[in-house]
Amino acid sequence: MINTDVLVIGAGLAGERTAIELASQGFQVIIISLVPPKRSHSTAAQGGMQAALGNMAKSQGDSTDIHFEDTVKGSDWGCDQDVARLFVNLAPIAVRQTAAWGVPWSRVEPGPRKLPDGEVVQELLEKEGLIAARDFGGTKKWRACYASDGTGHALVYAMDNVTLQLGIEVHDRAEALALIHDGQRCYGAVVRDLRTGELRAYHARATVIATGGHGRIYGHSTNGIINEGTGMSIALDTGVVPLGNMEAVQFHPTGVVPGDILISEACRGDGGYLLDKNEHRFMPDYEPQKKELASRDVVSRRMVQHMRKGFGVESTYGPHLWLDIRHLGKKHIEVNLREITSICRDFLGVDPVRKIVPVRPTQHYSMGGVRTNIAGRAHGLAGLYAAGEASCWDLHGFNRLGGNSVAETVVAGTVVGKSIARDLEWLDFPYSEQAVAAMAEDTTQMVQERILRLRAGGKEYVYDLRNQMSNVLMEKVGVFRKGAELQEAVDELAELCQRSKHLGLRSSGVGANPEVAAALRLPGMVRLAFLIAYGALKRTESRGSHAREDYPFRDDIHWLKRTLARWAPGADLPTLDYEPVRITEMPPGDRGYGESKVLAVEEKVRA
Amino acid sequence: MPNRKLTFRVFRHNPYDPQSAPRVQKYEMQETPRLTLYGALTRIREEQDPSLQFDFVCRSAICGSCAMLVNGRPRLACRTLIEQLPSRINLFPLPFFRLVGDLSVDTGTWFREMGQRVESWIHDSEPFDPDALEERMPNDTAQTIYELDRCIECGCCVAACGAAQVNPTYLGAVGMLRIARFLTDPRDDRADSDFFEVVGTEDGVFGCIGLLACEDYCPKGISLTTQIAYLRRKMALTSLRSSSNGKGASAGAQHAEKAKTAK
Repeated sequence: MINTDVLVIGAGLAGERTAIELASQGFQVIIISLVPPKRSHSTAAQGGMQAALGNMAKSQGDSTDIHFEDTVKGSDWGCDQDVARLFVNLAPIAVRQTAAWGVPWSRVEPGPRKLPDGEVVQELLEKEGLIAARDFGGTKKWRACYASDGTGHALVYAMDNVTLQLGIEVHDRAEALALIHDGQRCYGAVVRDLRTGELRAYHARATVIATGGHGRIYGHSTNGIINEGTGMSIALDTGVVPLGNMEAVQFHPTGVVPGDILISEACRGDGGYLLDKNEHRFMPDYEPQKKELASRDVVSRRMVQHMRKGFGVESTYGPHLWLDIRHLGKKHIEVNLREITSICRDFLGVDPVRKIVPVRPTQHYSMGGVRTNIAGRAHGLAGLYAAGEASCWDLHGFNRLGGNSVAETVVAGTVVGKSIARDLEWLDFPYSEQAVAAMAEDTTQMVQERILRLRAGGKEYVYDLRNQMSNVLMEKVGVFRKGAELQEAVDELAELCQRSKHLGLRSSGVGANPEVAAALRLPGMVRLAFLIAYGALKRTESRGSHAREDYPFRDDIHWLKRTLARWAPGADLPTLDYEPVRITEMPPGDRGYGESKVLAVEEKVRA
Repeated sequence: MPNRKLTFRVFRHNPYDPQSAPRVQKYEMQETPRLTLYGALTRIREEQDPSLQFDFVCRSAICGSCAMLVNGRPRLACRTLIEQLPSRINLFPLPFFRLVGDLSVDTGTWFREMGQRVESWIHDSEPFDPDALEERMPNDTAQTIYELDRCIECGCCVAACGAAQVNPTYLGAVGMLRIARFLTDPRDDRADSDFFEVVGTEDGVFGCIGLLACEDYCPKGISLTTQIAYLRRKMALTSLRSSSNGKGASAGAQHAEKAKTAK
């Protein structure tokens, strides 16, 4: 057994930021990761990191208050307002600290500047050389700090460099398969070495889940292929840790067709248009105020609505729309949107300087995850924490704003790191290491038996079940949702849950066999898929990304609450509970974009 | 073109399986439009052979996981369109790195050691002040650093490098690029002479035999040979200065010079 103060599962931005906080306070930290840290999905964040620095002409007057309002409206009042307040206050410090760590943030260049719509603004001399920002959807001010269009890459490299500097141990090619716990407290995890296939146990006084999202359970996702919700699954498997708001799944308006690779919101932020099959710019027809820059849930719905009216472009890969950035000019496209340019040229054979790009809404982000309190402590198990997309901290409610996820990883990593340091120093109680060793032994045994059962051979093939699961989600739990379809999805996924107990291998299963890895993950993925469909079926309202055609109103009377899903070990079905959403500063109101249908508390009073 | 019968000849070996011996295995499939090597390998794994090992993460050429030898040349598999290849495709793991299995190699360990060797982080003695504004930087400087920071650690440059094949402790173009990145960054306090020991040797700039393959095969199109030449000049100067002036004095003078040019 490997002993450490803190075990961080996941080496993306959230995990590494947490580890840095703890290592710099003198704790021993080990990070385990499916891949080398610099390959984490955090690198894929192209666009920006939201922080109210107010350095640009178009961000004058910006403040943490306005960032707070944008975030709460974006969440459709589903977020925890105390968390949002803490987050907006810390985001500027977080950006500046990463600047000190070496991120080459783009900087303010003073002088006049012509925007794509013809408006000319004056960047101020006094702001010269401070961190610049660009426009992003759903925000009042330009607030997304960026490093060219490789924001995630630059951040991940700077962050991983700090872990090198601090000598933090990283065990890459390792996957946590089960938490070691006694129903009260978490003591670490059992991990499979993806080089050798061997199992080993890590004993830690604090364990952090920072494994990112679950996007890949959907058939079409912008997420990296390692984003399979593994951390959420092992937390759910404990039976005592709830996952929050799993039905809240974001679709990004612009995944490319085919391939689902993300085209950053920066394209629209910098002035790109969405066009239909007649090359008509349709967004102003639906959203005269924010146009292409309403929040992502709204733009995605408008796109699907427009395609349903017959304005989509037919293709062998299904209907799509167009993204047009030609008018931004060759220089801007090739410098500020360079990664986008290479994605279009290399993967689609389309040059965005001269041609329009095929796009459609694609699964992008999981607002739901391991439910924690504001300090990052997971509900249900002491010694367990979560940060970043794997968590439901709950900064994003039912829709995340572009640029808030990158900022969340860094801010939450800091906050969670600090609270672990405090807990280890002040709250931690002594326990029997012998008892933990026995628990670790049992848990390892349990995982070993799962592997042996796979080798013994059930009749189900992992990739068949996986494809069926992805198709159910794509077809029935997508941008728009309906009761009847959701019921079908729930029934079909319940059946897949049962069938996933009978997986068998087609290969030998020796060593770092990838079929074993896939087969060990799949049952957890199907359970997450089930929670999404089940939570969506039960939530009889529309809020943020959760759009029910049979319940088109946001219902603040009955649904100003968060779903909490627990799944007892061995049970056929999960249990859903609900907790109120904390409203401290900003009462529910109109977002200022979107369909704006609300069942407000006042109406009920009048009725 | 897009309806050819494709034949893949793939290197197979599982070093953790005592039964396994290195061999080449043949897979066949029908071509479909816009197929990439990522798509093709995924299909082989799911439909023909679930034991086949390879690495993908982003499948959009930004994470550097999937470099392999495609018909003898190092490339990112995710960005390789099948229609640009002949119908017979040979796939081998990257040389130089330790084999994990089949097409998967252990780049992570090597790159982490490289990062330690070049101390790939900002050396700054000032503690971070959370209440202060960020330090100003001209946007041109930020852009220049970003250019040098674009490396995705895929390993193509070292896999293609003649010097690396004969000298296992060679730093590689990627290591030298990393040094150039920090030398250029005004936030880093190190002077040229601080880098001399790690890069002013046969394992560094003086080990480069000038075959230029690193730049030819860099999937990000980074000007690696320019960076090596730049470092070589700097290191040659550093060695001259340290032999005439004494190391400490020249380091201070260079640092002042670097700060001046950056600002």
